[in-house]
Amino acid sequence: MALKTKTSTRIGVTILGWGIALWLFFPIFWMILTSFKSEVQAISTPPKLFFMPTLSSYGEVFERASYWHFALNTVIVSVGATAIAVALAVPAAYSMAFLPSKRTRGTLLWMLSTRMLPPVGVLVPIYLLARNTHLLDTCTGLAVVDMLTNLPIIVWMLYTFFREVPAPILEAGRMDGATRWQEMTMVLLPLALPGIASTALLSLILCWNEAFWSLNLTSSHAAPLTAFIASFSSPEGLFFGKLSAASTLAVAPILVFGWISQKQLVRGLTFGAVK
Amino acid sequence: MATVELKNLRKTYLTEEIIKGISLSIEEREFVVFVGPSGCGKSTLLRMIAGLEDITSGDLLIDGQRVNDVEPGKRGLAMVFQSYALYPHMDVYKNMEFGLKLAGMPEAERREKIEHVARTLQLEPYLHHKPGQLSGGQRQRVAIGRAIVRNPKVFLFDEPLSNLDAALRGQMRVELSALHRKLGATTIYVTHDQVEAMTMADKIVVLQKGVVEQIGSPLELYHHPRNLFVARFIGSPPMNFFPAIFQGGDSAGSSVQLRDGSILYVPVTSPGLLPGTKVTVGIRPEHVELASSGPNSGVVEVVERLGAITLVHVRMPDGEIIVVQTDGAVLTEVETRVSLTLPPRNCHLFAPDGLAFEACHRHPLAA
Ligand SMILES: Nc1ncnc2c1ncn2[C@@H]1O[C@H](COP(=O)(O)OP(=O)(O)OP(=O)(O)O)[C@@H](O)[C@H]1O
Ligand SMILES: [Mg+2]
Repeated sequence: MALKTKTSTRIGVTILGWGIALWLFFPIFWMILTSFKSEVQAISTPPKLFFMPTLSSYGEVFERASYWHFALNTVIVSVGATAIAVALAVPAAYSMAFLPSKRTRGTLLWMLSTRMLPPVGVLVPIYLLARNTHLLDTCTGLAVVDMLTNLPIIVWMLYTFFREVPAPILEAGRMDGATRWQEMTMVLLPLALPGIASTALLSLILCWNEAFWSLNLTSSHAAPLTAFIASFSSPEGLFFGKLSAASTLAVAPILVFGWISQKQLVRGLTFGAVK
Repeated sequence: MATVELKNLRKTYLTEEIIKGISLSIEEREFVVFVGPSGCGKSTLLRMIAGLEDITSGDLLIDGQRVNDVEPGKRGLAMVFQSYALYPHMDVYKNMEFGLKLAGMPEAERREKIEHVARTLQLEPYLHHKPGQLSGGQRQRVAIGRAIVRNPKVFLFDEPLSNLDAALRGQMRVELSALHRKLGATTIYVTHDQVEAMTMADKIVVLQKGVVEQIGSPLELYHHPRNLFVARFIGSPPMNFFPAIFQGGDSAGSSVQLRDGSILYVPVTSPGLLPGTKVTVGIRPEHVELASSGPNSGVVEVVERLGAITLVHVRMPDGEIIVVQTDGAVLTEVETRVSLTLPPRNCHLFAPDGLAFEACHRHPLAA
């Protein structure tokens, strides 16, 4: 009896899992499908599932804009922002996890609360700051803003991962003569590496897909892939074939990267078996 | 080898004082055990000595040097944690090497030391295993090995055996004692296990609520507990207590009257105590004798037969339970009425404030 319930529960959960996965994946699937259609097929009703694939949209996209220029900007901005954010967040999370004070909890909540503000609320001040520091339309400027917007989440996530590391292991390091710095780099970091990797990965994905600040703070020189997509969405009306091709090109690298590192990501998110 | 001296150590967390002025001196080569009920501050005190907790006030001296503000790694101590706290990402060899490497010891010397210690602790086959691949007992050995290789002046142990099963715990206890004899290093050991404390310690420190209740050799604590708390805490099963009325005393003993009217003449001195004062008579289960008739009778409620010995739980008329430890072959059965004989030479007497009266004769093993 118990076994039967278990199997039926498992089947149910499996169906639910697949359902959600398909639901989430469908828009991406449709986007990729549309990118291989001609513009006429792309807007035909009813939508066609089977058709003669064509690369014409891709050809036109490459002709009209320099994909590599945008892609390089995205890579620079996301990797840069993530690297700086993690470098700043590790010591912050270390002190919060292992040297907590009365105010630690409050600080963490306050940091997270900054994420609740809609970004547009600080658009004008940030824009003016960027302009006055000559960081408008530069990769540095965009990276700094991306880094700052993600920092609270990164600190919060690292804090959760660090809390899983048993304090006596770090104390053993200190008894063995490690300085705080050595304790952090030689004991804590290797232990929390899966967690740090998945945090960095999440930050990379968030930066890669970040559109609001990219569109507002860059125009040409530092414009990343989100701006590349946006450039296909306006003046002469919507061309779904080209738009889909541009979007597919923009998300493909991070999608592939995410796929490759999913093992790491899952390991990080279920981290805790370090005892 | 080193001496450790605690001078009026105190620790306050926020507003609560956890360690309330502890003074203690530990000799070279001495094996000192801290015991006490859960939450009494044993671990905190040990961690203060280790340098993992700040000392709020007082002085800590190692080899006569004040080390309050010295980093944990520079105090010349090694600690073995209850949870072992091995570095999970390093194999056994690297676990032991870590501290030596940080201290800048040359590679060849490190190797030699680690191999020597691994041989002593029978860890050779596991040198390249990660902690996750070891059993609890093996991990414990690695933790001890990691402490030994550093050649510390003082070993600190915080309940190192409490995660092991009973058989292994017994074995490790013997091994640790042998190791201590061999290395001769000063050792401070925290436990709440009676047997560990009694068998391993040169000196036991009984703590309660952040204060020292008594310091002494295991048998001193057993034969001459300073107060009711220590009397109850040391010994298993714990000491029995009978309320009594003080009748009078002289230089050879004091006489008290028990609830049932019988008079006991206990060989303890009771200077200045007024007749009529309420006192407490204490006697260990192994010293109470069973009789079929006589004073102090009660009803047998439980008989625990452990093989070699039997524990007889007797409910007295006032509702108290008295435990008697007797022969394994005793025929006593539950629900029967028995009498208890209390040999006066084995009785302790406690004043109303809980302090023990001094025995007229010290036990020869507890001089
Ligand atoms: N970081 C801390 N902040 C506040 N109070 C603490 C802290 N650490 C310990 N305490 C308190 O100090 C007291 C002593 O704790 P400690 O861990 O030293 O007890 P213990 O004697 O080792 O107990 P056990 O036998 O359970 O290990 C406890 O009441 C505990 O609540
Ligand atoms: Mg403890």
